[in-house]
Amino acid sequence: MAVEGGLLGREIAFFDALREAGVPVALSEVIDATRAMGVVDLLDREALRQAFAATAVKRPHHRPTFDRLFDLWWPAVTGEPTPVDAEGTPAEGDGDGEVDRDALRDALRELLLTGDEDAMRRFAREAVATLGRSDGAGGRQNWFSYRVLRGLSPETLVSSLLDALLAGQQRGGLAEKVARQTVQERIRQFQEMVEAEVRRRLAEDRGVEQISRTAVQPLSEQVDFLRASRDDMAELRRQVFPLARRLATRLTARRRLGRSGKLDFRRTVRASLGTGGVPLVTHHKPHKPHKPELTVLCDVSGSVAGFAHFTLMLSYALREQFTKVRAFAFIDTCDEVTRFFTPGGDVADALARMSAEADLVWFDGHSDYGHSIEEFAKRYPDAVGPRTSLLILGDARNNYRATGVPALKKLVAQARHAYWLNPEPAAYWGSGDSAVTQYGEVIEMVECRNAVQLEDFVQKLLPG
Amino acid sequence: MHTSAFASVADVQERLSAAGYLTDHAIATTVFLADRLGKPLLVEGPAGVGKTELAKAVAEATGAELIRLQCYEGLDEARALYEWNYKKQLLRIQASKDDDAWDAIHDDVFAEEFLLSRPLLTAIRRTEPTVLLIDETDKADVEVEGLLLEVLSDFQVTIPELGTISATRRPIVFLTSNATRELSEALKRRCLYLHLDYPAADREKAIVLSRVPEVGEQLAEQLVRTVRALRALELKKSPSIAESIDWAHTLVALGLDTLDEKAVGDTLGVVLKHASDHARATDQLKLN
Repeated sequence: MAVEGGLLGREIAFFDALREAGVPVALSEVIDATRAMGVVDLLDREALRQAFAATAVKRPHHRPTFDRLFDLWWPAVTGEPTPVDAEGTPAEGDGDGEVDRDALRDALRELLLTGDEDAMRRFAREAVATLGRSDGAGGRQNWFSYRVLRGLSPETLVSSLLDALLAGQQRGGLAEKVARQTVQERIRQFQEMVEAEVRRRLAEDRGVEQISRTAVQPLSEQVDFLRASRDDMAELRRQVFPLARRLATRLTARRRLGRSGKLDFRRTVRASLGTGGVPLVTHHKPHKPHKPELTVLCDVSGSVAGFAHFTLMLSYALREQFTKVRAFAFIDTCDEVTRFFTPGGDVADALARMSAEADLVWFDGHSDYGHSIEEFAKRYPDAVGPRTSLLILGDARNNYRATGVPALKKLVAQARHAYWLNPEPAAYWGSGDSAVTQYGEVIEMVECRNAVQLEDFVQKLLPG
Repeated sequence: MHTSAFASVADVQERLSAAGYLTDHAIATTVFLADRLGKPLLVEGPAGVGKTELAKAVAEATGAELIRLQCYEGLDEARALYEWNYKKQLLRIQASKDDDAWDAIHDDVFAEEFLLSRPLLTAIRRTEPTVLLIDETDKADVEVEGLLLEVLSDFQVTIPELGTISATRRPIVFLTSNATRELSEALKRRCLYLHLDYPAADREKAIVLSRVPEVGEQLAEQLVRTVRALRALELKKSPSIAESIDWAHTLVALGLDTLDEKAVGDTLGVVLKHASDHARATDQLKLN
């Protein structure tokens, strides 16, 4: 499908692509964007980008998606790069097909050292043109970023770049750490430029709509815990504290909107003096919220560890919302891990220490829910009381072992609330060695696949 | 009704930097658009990246007066928009003689004289150039957003006793937010949006140099790189521009001319405000 209708048609198709990628764009925002297009200099591409972003993208985590699509739909250049050699970028290979890799690598090293973005982008364009092409079937051309990145292998330049940046300073200390950070940042930047350029070339060949669909990555809060890569998890961990703060604010707001407490006689009388002794406004004491105790029992075996860690971090970040938080971890036996989470301490460190020091393996290191639950009930009878909300985290994949349902039933009866958060999609529950069906009869099982679902759940858990 | 304060994006950039605020292209473009389209600008971002400063700089650059509405929990119409000075009204009624007609008093008591104008109304009624800064919008309650919607979409306020007051000259409006909660869709839709983040290395260096010129090119470069390395760690609170500037001040005050392990270790408290962040940075940057 070709995009019709000139500039306006292109703009509308672009916003359609944004919507398809999950960025909500209202009609009024499209109108604003069009007005904005009328006042900025259309030849200034970055101004156009910012005009669209300011009018249509109202959440920071939508911005990467927006940028990616913008680069596709409003490319800075079309077709083959024109070799601009004013700065003396020696990018051209000598002869057809024969590419002088060493010269290219030297040029890249130079660029990474100075960190000049424009020159780097130009270089990425040329590198993709010379190294990234492969002729596919039917006269089509394919473009691959890995060919470029493998051909240039910027990672292998790190050590020589470090030497140059450190300029004789000693290795191993702060200076190296800082320089390394700078180098890695620039290399990542270059990789992104190459990927963007490859997408642009592909879009010219295949049509921009098709590439738009594959170019967009899911938002980190919607990434499945079970499928999250290391980068995703790091990004999620970064979001724990903002998320906790947002939740806490929302909860206090909800509490304040609820009924207020008893009449504050003293303040009412004091305020009435201003109106000649007539109490026009009554003042009330704040309502004391009920704060539950929280006990978290989580499976930290390999398959679900990411989910357990994230949830533990979140419960600790929300500590003030509870009177007490106790955490227990298990793989095939159970240990209390509360001691690792000291107030003000670093939760990521706590998690690392927990995996290293806590006593979680009893038999073979495969998940055993039955034994762990029984052990938990036996060793920590005081952990679950009438004011406790009990959270169990895990996928209930029990390796066909005994389930320990009676022990769990007793725990649920003791607790004020009890929930089981399961990071598996509900469609898989009960398949294979999943014991969800048995456990589901005695405890409420909640699907909790991503950060969004977890946020919803926590909001429900905490009373207003 | 709406006159533009800036001629072009480059003009924004130039005049803001003359006012001591170094922008990048994105910020300048957005400010330019907010001015041209006459729409409020919602600025979001972590603490200490210069959200409030931006509004102040725009006020200074355009020669406008800055009117500030600081939001907080429990902020209401009476504090944001207007309020009748009922104590004065009471006095007026008590001072009148018994034979005064009630109608006369009634009209009198709801006159301009008894109106306490709060920031929103003040900004709308002003005839001179005005920048209205609604600071920390996320701290206010949800009901205040409804009020803002009404005021910011039409730039008019209805006071039942006096009638509708429309803006004679639209103020440039900035709303800032730390994103402690999501603002409502409706409010976001009516605003332009700018996410201020930690700046690029070049811009941060320029900012540090413009604020603390004594620090010198070399040290500023080192400082900015170190701060960026700190931001790459998983910290509870990453250092922001404000902290970089504080750090530069500290280094100058201590007479340090290079940022080595010892200098960083000694002054880390200026940039990192959590004990656990401190421990983590010391460990990962191998400060000891």
